[in-house]
Amino acid sequence: MAHMPTIVLVGHGMVGQRFLEALADRGVTERARIVVLCEEPRPAYDRVRLTSYFDGKKPDDLSMVEDGFMARHGIELHLDDPAETIDREARTVTSRAGRVIAYDTLVLATGSYPFVPPVPGKDATGCFVYRTIEDLLAIEEYAKTAATGAVVGGGLLGLEAAGALKGLGLETHIVEFAPRLMPVQVDEGGGAALLRTIENMGLIVHTGTGTQEVLTEDGAVTGMALSDGSTVATDMVVFSAGVRPRDQLARDCGLGVGERGGIAVDERCRTSDPAVYAIGECALAADGRVYGLVAPGYEMALTAAAAIAEDEAGPAAAAAGATFTGADTSTKLKLLGVDVASFGDAHGTTENCLDVVYSDSRSGIYKKLVVDQEGVLLGGVLVGDAESYGMLRPMTGTKPPVSPEQLVLPAGAGAPVALGPSSLPDDAIICSCHNVTKGAICACSSLPEVKKCTKAGTGCGSCVKVIQQLLPKPADSGMCGCFSYTRSELYEIVRTMRFTSYAQLLDSHGRAEARGGEGCEICKPAVASILASLTNEYILDGERAALQDTNDHFLANMQRNGSYSIVPRIPGGEITPDKLIVIGEVARDFGLYTKITGGQRIDLFGARVDQLPAIWARLVDAGFESGHAYGKSLRTVKSCVGQTWCRYGVQDSVKMAIDLELRYRGLRAPHKLKSAVSGCARECAEAQSKDFGVIATANGWNLYVGGNGGATPRHADLLAQDLSDAELIRLIDRFLMFYIRTADRLERTAAWLERLEGGLEHLRDVIVHDKLGLCDELEALMAAHVATYRDEWAETLNDPERLRRFVSFVNAPEAPDPSVKFVPERGQIKPDLTVLTLEGVSAR
Amino acid sequence: MMLELSHAGTWLPICDASVLTPGRGMAALLPDGAQAALFQDRTGRLYAIDNRDPFTGAQVLSRGLLGSAAGRLFVASPLLKQRFDLETGRCLDDEDVSVAVFPVRSS
Ligand code: SRM
Ligand SMILES: Cc1cc2nc3c(=O)[nH]c(=O)nc-3n(C[C@H](O)[C@H](O)[C@H](O)COP(=O)(O)OP(=O)(O)OC[C@H]3O[C@@H](n4cnc5c(N)ncnc54)[C@H](O)[C@@H]3O)c2cc1C
Ligand code: SF4
Ligand code: FES
Repeated sequence: MAHMPTIVLVGHGMVGQRFLEALADRGVTERARIVVLCEEPRPAYDRVRLTSYFDGKKPDDLSMVEDGFMARHGIELHLDDPAETIDREARTVTSRAGRVIAYDTLVLATGSYPFVPPVPGKDATGCFVYRTIEDLLAIEEYAKTAATGAVVGGGLLGLEAAGALKGLGLETHIVEFAPRLMPVQVDEGGGAALLRTIENMGLIVHTGTGTQEVLTEDGAVTGMALSDGSTVATDMVVFSAGVRPRDQLARDCGLGVGERGGIAVDERCRTSDPAVYAIGECALAADGRVYGLVAPGYEMALTAAAAIAEDEAGPAAAAAGATFTGADTSTKLKLLGVDVASFGDAHGTTENCLDVVYSDSRSGIYKKLVVDQEGVLLGGVLVGDAESYGMLRPMTGTKPPVSPEQLVLPAGAGAPVALGPSSLPDDAIICSCHNVTKGAICACSSLPEVKKCTKAGTGCGSCVKVIQQLLPKPADSGMCGCFSYTRSELYEIVRTMRFTSYAQLLDSHGRAEARGGEGCEICKPAVASILASLTNEYILDGERAALQDTNDHFLANMQRNGSYSIVPRIPGGEITPDKLIVIGEVARDFGLYTKITGGQRIDLFGARVDQLPAIWARLVDAGFESGHAYGKSLRTVKSCVGQTWCRYGVQDSVKMAIDLELRYRGLRAPHKLKSAVSGCARECAEAQSKDFGVIATANGWNLYVGGNGGATPRHADLLAQDLSDAELIRLIDRFLMFYIRTADRLERTAAWLERLEGGLEHLRDVIVHDKLGLCDELEALMAAHVATYRDEWAETLNDPERLRRFVSFVNAPEAPDPSVKFVPERGQIKPDLTVLTLEGVSAR
Repeated sequence: MMLELSHAGTWLPICDASVLTPGRGMAALLPDGAQAALFQDRTGRLYAIDNRDPFTGAQVLSRGLLGSAAGRLFVASPLLKQRFDLETGRCLDDEDVSVAVFPVRSS
């Protein structure tokens, strides 16, 4: 057998993993033994999205390694076992655990380490860096006992770290040596706009001053002394003052390194030893730069994989290999709800270039484009509004079809900018993380296909919007045969045109062939729900009676034999013995089957249509209200017993559950809404499986959204922490109304959130930071709902007209339906299906 | 205006047509114990089909929602949502299934 070469990869970070994928794509994994030494205790993960761990992502969600990847390609991965020495003579690597691995080719992808300035106190308890999942776990743990945090460094990563500390509930300081934030990316004007926005978020910024000393007491951080003579009291410090390439291994074995660090490589990513390659942040590229971004690292990974594959196939194939000679350093900050982007020659260093600047300090918007004498776009800085980043970056190096002045004006001001991605040339790079051109994207027909075939959109995600614009639109996104609009579009139409009738809407906005018709079973309940969300009038009066689903039409749930079930509301699951007795008596007197539901209340089954009013008369009399088990509306807010009784509880979860249930009862929505409140992190109420779930903390409440049980369970995402009662309710008000406004028909919050462009971040922008300026309106809508809520069953019982529908037969109002029969089971009843059985009907 | 339904060769008076909600149905009990589902569309036109949902055996078609597709009226069963043409009784979602249709008039 021919010698099977061994390729050893040191470092399993983002670039290392991309390199392994590229080897697999080229079939090298089949022909070579591949060994990976990984210092961290887990396989490669998405460091770029590290901070999303604080949004409730679990470490595993960040993994970059597809399930089964290593096994499928026969790659040996050693976790928690860094390389310690390289013997280039013997061509071996020795690991900390004592493995000695002989290599034919060695690839170093060791990344970088956070630079910690050599100030006194830098190693005190409470000092951290921000690079790995382990760092974040440690920060999170320590923050539990801290009230204040300070970040050293106001660059891209520093702002991310500061956002994270703020998110953990700390008063947060940022100390930046340069005169402005993000000095590398933005210019002075951009820095000023950024500063304003960051300060408006409640962060405290100290620019133009350095950290001189970390002050300590008993070895733990108590504050920082700054070079301007001031001090900042703080419980913890996170250093984020830049990164340095991890080139020690290379230095130790005599490989060439740059003056200011970085393993020197040529255009094919080869070091001074042809058997050793270096890629990613540890490498000093042929253009003399060390790139601190992932996209150039990925390119190096592809370059090195190509070079290795060709070497192996013999010199004949080596002709047209890929080379790496430099890369784009465009960046877009995706955190803190601030839009910041810079691309190309952002600082205008090209000779004779011109600036076009738009600045609106009131709203924190700053945009600068750099163009040359001919009007060719060279680069730019966008702060506060980076909407156009996805379009502008690919245009860099070309002459945009409209003047640069028009490109910086906000939408709506000046001439409308008729600029779509269709105006871009085929070779424009749309995804800079994966270097994918417009041509390659247009060869695909859907976003999932683009992601699969080209990887575009799977990095920082900032290109997804443009990709979507390039793809063919789905044939017809209309709700049904009657409307070519989606539910959220219909909602907007009904809201802005103030429609109060379905027929009006159908005849004016229906598809041509549907106007004047009857509508259908899909759009009728959907429009009924929209009308109810917006007006909250009795759902069965006038035309509305014809729109509601059967269950809403009888304010009860139809069962398989045509009988109905009844669910009185039991807010928070709390019920007095007297009320329990009433339920028991009603069930006994009407012979109903009784069951405790999965939602902490009691369901009474087996009522005929004509019995519903009499049953409800008794229940309403005893103080019960409709539980809306039949509606696409709020179901239950489950609670645990909480602080009042439970030894662990830290808040009164029962009271909060009751308050929430009473606030949102009767709210019509695109689908049902469920909630729960737990009294502490033990989570006995299972709040994280709910559309909105609340978990008590020592300081207030954490709000989770977008959870779901059912067929496709989803854990809810943490939206905000340590909220007061009022803050919690305000956020839920906004969340629910925003969902009602924008979700599709029968789309639970989980699916909606998954689909929502920009995901949780966008949701947070809209309902926490009020980015769209919608929050006042959302709150007003909810206030109107709360003010106009009335119990549907009490209203029905008070009106003989409304009671008329509760008969089995229009021509024999007194006659019970003979097809609704029951047989005994376990001391109660169950439907008698034999009376329904005729030829052709299989008993289900 | 009395709504009448033709059953076993005779016109049975059922109810005043005005008690029907346009777009919604009501059930009627027939002399032989069978049930009919009566409907009125937006234009005031009347329809009657067997009330029994042939997929489940339950007497519930009168409680379904009306719709129109290609100009033809249908009711969607409230249980499993199959649709039935109100003029022919044919199931639009399963061509092997249909329900009886009763002639109706108002006089
Ligand atoms: C009664 C109950 C079962 C029980 O005996 O415990 C029940 C009964 C029904 N569930 Fe449920 N679900 C019940 C708790 C749940 C739960 C548990 C919970 O809420 O804590 C879940 C999982 C949690 C969730 O929704 O995320 C649940 C997930 C579903 C689903 C799947 C939803 C999904 O998003 O995947 C459906 C189907 C649907 O809504 O489309 C469903 C639909 C139904 C329907 C409405 C089916 C139907 O259309 O006839 C059942 C009506 C019962 C009736 O006539 O009263 N039921 N159902 C529970 C009523 C709780 C209550 O007091 O309101
Ligand atoms: C919070 C944060 C946000 C970021 N945001 C962005 C962004 O928005 N856009 C962007 O382009 N970039 C961003 N970056 C930078 C990006 O993460 C890096 O460019 C990228 O991870 C570099 O990949 P790499 O594989 O070269 O290094 P890494 O991902 O750091 O991987 C190197 C791995 O090698 C391991 N290692 C080191 N020495 C050894 C050894 N001797 N033996 C074995 N293993 C070893 C390390 O433990 C590490 O796991 C961000 C970084 C951070 C920390
Ligand atoms: S969630 Fe906490 S407070 Fe509530 S019952 Fe469980 S342990 Fe007790
Ligand atoms: S530009 Fe980052 S994923 Fe495409």
